Amino acid sequence: MENISALLYLVAAVLFILALKGLSSPVSALRGNLYGMIGMVIAVFTTFMIMDKPVLGLIGGAIIAGGAIGAWKAKTVEMTGMPELVAAMHSLVGLSAVLIAVAAVYHTGETHTPVQKVELFIGAFIGAITFTASVIAYGKLSGRFGAKAVTFSGQHLLNLVLAIAMVGFGVVYFTTDSHAAFLAMVAVALVLGVTLIIPIGGADMPVVVSMLNSYSGWAAAGIGFTLNNPVLIIAGACVGASGAILSYIMCKAMNRSIVSVLLGGFGAEAAAGGGAASGPKNYKSGSAEDAAFLMSNADSVIIVPGYGLAVSRAQHALQEFANLLTEKGVNVRYAIHPVAGRMPGHMNVLLAEAEVPYEQVQEMEEINSDFANTDVVLVIGANDVVNPAALKDKASPIYGMPILEAHKARTVIVVKRSMSVGYAGLDNELFYMDKTMMVFGDAKKVVEELVKGVEH
Amino acid sequence: MVDPFITSFTIFVLAVFVGYHVVWNVTPALHTPLMAVTNAISGIIIVGALLQVVDIGGETITVTSVLGTIGVFLASINIFGGFMVTQRMLDMFKKKKK
Repeated sequence: MENISALLYLVAAVLFILALKGLSSPVSALRGNLYGMIGMVIAVFTTFMIMDKPVLGLIGGAIIAGGAIGAWKAKTVEMTGMPELVAAMHSLVGLSAVLIAVAAVYHTGETHTPVQKVELFIGAFIGAITFTASVIAYGKLSGRFGAKAVTFSGQHLLNLVLAIAMVGFGVVYFTTDSHAAFLAMVAVALVLGVTLIIPIGGADMPVVVSMLNSYSGWAAAGIGFTLNNPVLIIAGACVGASGAILSYIMCKAMNRSIVSVLLGGFGAEAAAGGGAASGPKNYKSGSAEDAAFLMSNADSVIIVPGYGLAVSRAQHALQEFANLLTEKGVNVRYAIHPVAGRMPGHMNVLLAEAEVPYEQVQEMEEINSDFANTDVVLVIGANDVVNPAALKDKASPIYGMPILEAHKARTVIVVKRSMSVGYAGLDNELFYMDKTMMVFGDAKKVVEELVKGVEH
Repeated sequence: MVDPFITSFTIFVLAVFVGYHVVWNVTPALHTPLMAVTNAISGIIIVGALLQVVDIGGETITVTSVLGTIGVFLASINIFGGFMVTQRMLDMFKKKKK
């Protein structure tokens, strides 16, 4: 029996890996997702097989209730709300890890070896930190707690003290087997999750969400160690690695080191740096009609969408506009910066929802060399990701950040609400270039006018 | 006799390497579905929760079983929510392929 269950767990683990592997292309991804679901079903049934006297009533009720909530959320969530949903789901994994660890500690009649105690400790504290940190991240993303970085003096010292206290209680549990010490350790870890995340500003949230993705995997793996369950370890390790890679990619795209993101305070310091570049400068502004005329007479257009586009829900209108241009024989493509949305790959999903063809959407590395041969670049709701200062100005806080080289195109059209600064609080010299035309207004209104302009 | 921890640790380290290489091959366009599906996969923690919901010495309602049940409930949200929202997103990517 044990051998069969171990083999079935192996099958489940392989299916999970295939689910991740499938994501190398949109077509294989659907099959991959199916593999993932089959893997989960196999893992759950195998667990039933090895369980001694399961309480089926409780389990069935919990699965049905949880499944219904999950399904409802999955069906109703807006694509702009994906980062919040993902953060909320990380918190659930964290909380389950804590509950399982506490349940295992209170499992009467079961004694834990020293190694198991250490594993329980690790699984519980990673889970607890993941839980509260994700709740805060969720609050920041949904605007409930405000996206501002909360910093105060002695912050890092406080975190250090909390970490020491947490380990201290862990040691007490280890030596005395005291349940109270274990609970105290969990409580400190819960607080630590909050204090670790509050100093991180809204701009760094893509990194934080990826990082918590990683933590939730490590938490699952930690519980897997306690229970000596290979499928938990394998799945947890893969998720952990995945989140770590995404954090790394996001950090690179923002030219930030993971350490400085974690230490936090980015929002505050950047806002202070922004004021210096002000002063009256000349820029050209035009109407949406002018812009539509320019683009319908171009051979090639690259659209650079930013999160502002999604905020004003202009994706569908934009795609209508792109279709009209394509009908006129214009080569239209979209250029996506890795941090264009609020989580990795977010902008791609938002464009996919608006039925933008997959082949028209290109990543920064693929398209950057094409800007110089492009007639018109249309920048909508993006700012910092097209700021040439990142390439040239060594004093700029975003110096070194890879950008979409929109400034190399023959003409640049920027749709923006006003001349105000972007997320990083910096002025953008792209807006003052001779070849740049500013079109002011709400992204959705402007795009609708562009559509009308091309139709004429 | 090898300690079970060593076996687990071996599996863990190898799995990290597998995960690392598999995830680098994921196309950046699908990073959001990747996060959603990893959310669903972390729902595997349901296995750990299930193992707590057992009859302990004739008692079905214990601290252990109740906490385990809550764990099962939370993990189920992740499993169903994660896989279904991934499916929804991937369908969007597929639609445009035509």
